[in-house]
Amino acid sequence: MTELHKTGASAVGEPVADARPPRSFLEVRDLQVHFPTEDGLVKSVDGLSFSLEKGKTLGIVGESGSGKSVTSLGIMGLHTVGQYGRQKARLSGEIWLEGKELLSAEPDEVRRLRGREMAMIFQDPLSALHPYFTIGHQIVEAYRVHNDVDKKTAHKRAVELLDRVGIPQPDERVNSYPHEFSGGMRQRAMIAMSLVNNPELLIADEPTTALDVTVQAQILDLIRDLQKEFGSAVIIITHDLGVVAELADDILVMYGGRCIEYGTAEQVFYEPQHPYTWGLLGSMPRIDRAQSERLIPVKGSPPSLINIPDGCAFNPRCPYADVPKGDVTRTERPRLRDVGGGHKSACHMDQADRERIWNEEIAPKL
Amino acid sequence: MNSSKTSGSPPGPAGPEAVLTYLIRRLFAVVVMLIVVMLAVFGIFFLIPKWTGVDPATMFVGKQADAAALEGIREKLGLGDPILVQLFEFFKGILVGRDYVSAGDTIHCSAPCFGYSFKTEQAIWPVLADRLPVTLQLAAGAAVIWLLIGLTAGVVSALRRGSIWDRMTMSLALSGVSLPIYFTGLLSLAIFSYGLGLVSNEYTPMTENFPSWFSGMILPWLTLAFLFGAMYARLTRATMLEVMGEDYIRTARAKGVREPIVIRKHAMRSTMTPIITLLGVDLGALMGGAILTETTFSLPGLGQAVLKAISEKDLPLILGVTLITASAVVVANLIVDLLYGVIDPRVRLA
Repeated sequence: MTELHKTGASAVGEPVADARPPRSFLEVRDLQVHFPTEDGLVKSVDGLSFSLEKGKTLGIVGESGSGKSVTSLGIMGLHTVGQYGRQKARLSGEIWLEGKELLSAEPDEVRRLRGREMAMIFQDPLSALHPYFTIGHQIVEAYRVHNDVDKKTAHKRAVELLDRVGIPQPDERVNSYPHEFSGGMRQRAMIAMSLVNNPELLIADEPTTALDVTVQAQILDLIRDLQKEFGSAVIIITHDLGVVAELADDILVMYGGRCIEYGTAEQVFYEPQHPYTWGLLGSMPRIDRAQSERLIPVKGSPPSLINIPDGCAFNPRCPYADVPKGDVTRTERPRLRDVGGGHKSACHMDQADRERIWNEEIAPKL
Repeated sequence: MNSSKTSGSPPGPAGPEAVLTYLIRRLFAVVVMLIVVMLAVFGIFFLIPKWTGVDPATMFVGKQADAAALEGIREKLGLGDPILVQLFEFFKGILVGRDYVSAGDTIHCSAPCFGYSFKTEQAIWPVLADRLPVTLQLAAGAAVIWLLIGLTAGVVSALRRGSIWDRMTMSLALSGVSLPIYFTGLLSLAIFSYGLGLVSNEYTPMTENFPSWFSGMILPWLTLAFLFGAMYARLTRATMLEVMGEDYIRTARAKGVREPIVIRKHAMRSTMTPIITLLGVDLGALMGGAILTETTFSLPGLGQAVLKAISEKDLPLILGVTLITASAVVVANLIVDLLYGVIDPRVRLA
């Protein structure tokens, strides 16, 4: 079972005094990713902590701009390479991968981990693959960066992986260019490329968003099968609750660069604690719901990451912002609190209020 | 094992046949283009004057000619013949050569016959052939310099965007594209040739004396390269910045590829595409003569010939240069297209 490490969220700016050695395979502690811009500091990720074990899948859910992708690029160390002349991203906190802290590590050390220990599948395989090189060439490159083998061996490995991800006639298709593949095949090739070095951590950033619905299910099946086979830890990032329902052991819901709810898939789907999670569930179409019932969208728009609302970041959109007494939802940032069984939520409402609202108002409509 | 197939079965990888088909198609297009170019030139010089009521013969000989001479030229050019016959003679001249015949006077113009100047009494092609190498040397030498300087400056500027280097280079590039050749050219001549005496201000053929040739060419090269290098630096910088933001660059980094290789292999490959396009167009156009540069430095190239031909209304010479320039642009475009095929696999199937 994954274990969430709690940060002293109210002590903003104070260094997190945590000398505990990491116990999990991947442990992210109080991660902050800020981008200085002319309009102000964009706080894309603002104090995120979670951990993940090998063989487990964590789904990170949230709307656009909630900091999901920024988190994944932060773990991969991709915010700090190639930011030529631009204002560099500011990262703080800790990212422990197999007992090694990545944010303080030498850039070249992190580079050597990229693609070997941790690999990534991107959203749009057409733009993520180089149009001028064959699929085989790109997989071979990924393999030879980390393995001192000749081209022939690497080529064989590429064919083997294309076969494994279900590409027909892999020994021929290995010489194809990305534009000669269909969308689903391209994503399969992308997955093959990410798995070529048997990474321990696989991050899939919206892996099915750019694909046909029929292909989406195949790709998700493939990721699940491969995880069982390779035993890696998987982070799947999506705005689609259907995707995480299918794959994830645990779910982390992000809002405004912070974690607002965390728990096992069962906990988050069947006993969601945060009004934003309720909103997400309410806006998900379901086949067993009568067509006359309308989806309930989450009102309002995502918060500005330059001026994150004081107090609970969700309070301007929250229908229940006035349930807790006083001004607390607008003045105090809610801490992530355990609501039982490792299930955590950052909401000012009492458990009694939450349960009442969930049982009486939300659940019957879902 | 996941054996389910994705929808659709796209065509297999492009084999050698696909490349060959591409080649043949491009070559065919070039031949068609060249014929169109010749038709257009023929039309401009022989048909339009006829429609507008101008006797082409007067344009070919000049206004001071007497009636007998005019009649002789009319006969030699076959201006009384049907258009199709004239057109046939025109093409025949280019391909196998032709004879200009009038009563008691035959002038042979051997292939490729781009025309015959009745003013200077010589065939055009040998004149052009004499001058073409000078223009070629000027363009080729300058291109090497401007590519070296432009690409390097552009890439370094892109990778250090906003730095002092970037600002200085881009300011220099701005002056490069804004300052006219006759200013930079004359300035460089004044300083390095007349002032410091470092280089020659005269053209010497390469075969005659190599060091003098080089000494005479270096300023024209640098002057031309300053203008074009500035344009290429700006283009390279802009393209590079765009390419560095592409998803596939991020993918290469996510694979653990070293940053210098990400730049040299993944980014440069894409950056080359627009640069090659521009290079083809520029080199093709320069074949018609870098008029300003050649005039500034007194280089006996095509550009100078054009200038002279225009001021002296030597129509056949203008016709010849027009044909050469147009053909050079067409051929340059062919080379660009073939290079595209090498660089970008998607083009081969298009």
